[in-house]
Amino acid sequence: MKTAVFKIWRGNAAGGEFRDYTTGISEGMVVLDAVNHIQATQANDLAYRWNCKAGKCGSCSAEINGMPKLMCMTRLSDLPLEKPVTVQPMKAFPLIKDLLTNVSWNYRVKKRIKEFKPRRPDAPDGTWRMQQEDIDRVQEFRKCIECFLCQDVCHVLRDHQMHEKFIGPRFLIHVAALEMHPLDTEDRIEELRNAYGIGYCNITKCCTKVCPESIHITDNGIIPLKERVVDKFFDPFGWFWRRLKKKSDSDNVKRES
Amino acid sequence: MPEYNIFQYDVLIIGSGGAGLRAAIEASGAGVSVGMVCKCLLGKAHTVMAEGGIAAALANVDDRDNWKVHFADTMRGGQYVNNWRMAELHAKEAPARVRELEAWGAVFDRTVDGRILQRNFGGHKYPRLAHVGDRTGLEMIRTLQDHGIHQGIDVHMEICITDLLKNGPRVVGALGYDRERGHFKIFQAKAVVLATGGIGKAYKITSNSWDCTGDGHSLAYHAGAALIDMEYVQFHPTGMVWPPSVAGMLVTEGVRGEGGILTNADGKRFMFDFIPDNYKAQTADNEEEGWRYTQGDKNARRPPELLTRDHVARCIVREIKEGRGTPHGGVYLDISWIKKKLSNAEEHIKRKLPSMHHQFKTLGDIDITSEPMEVGPTTHYIMGGVHVDADTQMSDVPGLFAAGECAAGINGANRLGGNSLSDLIVFGKRAGEFAAKFAKENSHGKIDNEMVDRRAREALKPFENSQGENPYSVQRDLQEVMQHNVGIVRDESEMCSALDHLKTFWERCAHVGVTGNRDFNPGWHTALDLKNLLTVSEAITRAALERKESRGAQFREDYPEKDERLAKVNTVIRKGENGTMQVQLEPLPEMPEYLKEVIEENR
Repeated sequence: MKTAVFKIWRGNAAGGEFRDYTTGISEGMVVLDAVNHIQATQANDLAYRWNCKAGKCGSCSAEINGMPKLMCMTRLSDLPLEKPVTVQPMKAFPLIKDLLTNVSWNYRVKKRIKEFKPRRPDAPDGTWRMQQEDIDRVQEFRKCIECFLCQDVCHVLRDHQMHEKFIGPRFLIHVAALEMHPLDTEDRIEELRNAYGIGYCNITKCCTKVCPESIHITDNGIIPLKERVVDKFFDPFGWFWRRLKKKSDSDNVKRES
Repeated sequence: MPEYNIFQYDVLIIGSGGAGLRAAIEASGAGVSVGMVCKCLLGKAHTVMAEGGIAAALANVDDRDNWKVHFADTMRGGQYVNNWRMAELHAKEAPARVRELEAWGAVFDRTVDGRILQRNFGGHKYPRLAHVGDRTGLEMIRTLQDHGIHQGIDVHMEICITDLLKNGPRVVGALGYDRERGHFKIFQAKAVVLATGGIGKAYKITSNSWDCTGDGHSLAYHAGAALIDMEYVQFHPTGMVWPPSVAGMLVTEGVRGEGGILTNADGKRFMFDFIPDNYKAQTADNEEEGWRYTQGDKNARRPPELLTRDHVARCIVREIKEGRGTPHGGVYLDISWIKKKLSNAEEHIKRKLPSMHHQFKTLGDIDITSEPMEVGPTTHYIMGGVHVDADTQMSDVPGLFAAGECAAGINGANRLGGNSLSDLIVFGKRAGEFAAKFAKENSHGKIDNEMVDRRAREALKPFENSQGENPYSVQRDLQEVMQHNVGIVRDESEMCSALDHLKTFWERCAHVGVTGNRDFNPGWHTALDLKNLLTVSEAITRAALERKESRGAQFREDYPEKDERLAKVNTVIRKGENGTMQVQLEPLPEMPEYLKEVIEENR
């Protein structure tokens, strides 16, 4: 049987090292197969996350030969096996053990984002009508499997550690899916500018490159959101128009009451 | 002595897939405090892998559909050993639960007039599955998750529950450990909802995640609850067979719903060869009619590829056994042939089945728009589980509820595709509602600290035995035995031999050892999961031995026919006084006249 060497990072926040493991390989194997086999036969206590092994749950994120990837969707046949395959944890999050990182920050961020608020139902039976072409974009964003690879590779988080000021590409896409949802009535533009920190993104598109779901994070999500922020806060004509409209709206309300 | 963190909730939910999340949302909405523990991270539970859709008689695509037809389809698919009341509630309430998902932000594919689109699926008379391409489970879990995090639910991620805690007959909480640090936690609760999903990891070839180890089944059994229908394990007809590393990975029934056909190595479309009598009237007898059905022709009958999963899986096994299989031991599933019928076939396939396209391209070097897939049966789902009251989802143990795959009744001897996601939200809601009600009517029970200490010490035993056997070896051997001896084709001698093996596995399980410490140690976690896997494996084997007939998902070579005497009983598994597993046959609840009429009307 052919074999390959995997250099896997072992250790915790206090320190650690790469250790070499040699394992047999067969046709069609992915990195997760090899790591699972190493765990079952040589290192029972090797820590990492995985669930579906089908690219659907987004649990097995790691950096393979330096590239942020899902272990379950990385074929060994696409890697140069004449040298060891390095597998290490995501860098943008605090390390727990081996390949396992603490991603709880992502869950706290999501909770801060204003939730979906639908308009009143369109039909008497309480249902809505939406055209497929009006939801295509939102469905693209909702393909996200929350693997957090885009967060891992984003300079603002990875290199500058600005987790308190910037929600990262995953949650900008989450906001985009809400803002472009045909039924949603909530307004998150002010938060995008301030609390969510969209201005920190300088559209290097690294997030788009690593997305295993091929979501056009930057072009279809972040840039249109940036335009909405600009329209609201930096467009003098828009600002003047809204002032006028707000005034006339409130006049109308007064007249009605 | 171990130390414990103690948490106190009115309602504790164990499991964070569709059923657990829906139960948590409902209980929280009823004004009680709710804690939810997840074995993995939130939003990663096995629901995320569901592909084809949610069955609900919305009648958006075919206005002849209604709850009665859905009910009759579900009962026929389950060979009439379903719990009729659960099937009735499910068919009636699924549409409201699906619309509720839309109100919480789910974005389903649309009909031309802007309503929720529905697709064809095996055993459903009309197009009934609300869906989002072939990633419906992701849409559902994300919707419930994103709604649920704003409902005041306490979420504990990466916690495994090892024991339910009782006070007299009643459940009063649960003991578990956090995977990250290996610390024990006591969750005191007035009511507990099990929503732990399936048992797929008892088998070698499975579509299930590592964490589908039958925890809820096992916890309930050891706490004194009855399990029913454990012999009914669903082998999904279409799992990937090549390359070996992805064997068992699911290929959605949606492929056949969109017109995909099954052929053998001779190129023959073999599903027309044998159509069961009770489906003859509603199944196409020629290829042209089958195609017209998949394209929405209301006068056409469905192609035989869309017969129920138990039947299709057995036909595939027959083709392979009789030497007409593919080089890698499967059959062909071909969707690319529709280019003969549709000018934009490639685009259409990518749009309707994006995950399948991606999965085969990335993992199998196959482009499904231009070549057939190789598929074979894979362990997918268990119809059996905790016996519950149909309306409230409470088990035989007061205060202990169950919903979703770990509960039983709705599916009978075979589940229809799409009925699982609807099961999760219909009965997840009910479990949450009635658990909250139970919690309001009862106070906290006393936790038996001595028992907690004893259980915690037992859980730590593998650390005292670092020279003991590797737990992964026991797990692997168990999976081999279940795969070969209690799989899709069964007989008495093989299953008796499986019971002998199980006895040795229990002994080996008692002597496994782990290395390293308690910090996120998967070897230790695997050692503890073994007890659950062994419990469900034994229950499946004993129930399958007791049912001396072939019905639905249970096929016995030594009893290949249905036995009318067994048509009106469930197998029931309970833990005996002396700690051994007892199995017996008990009568099904009698179906009321008005439902018998519904079934007759839909013959």
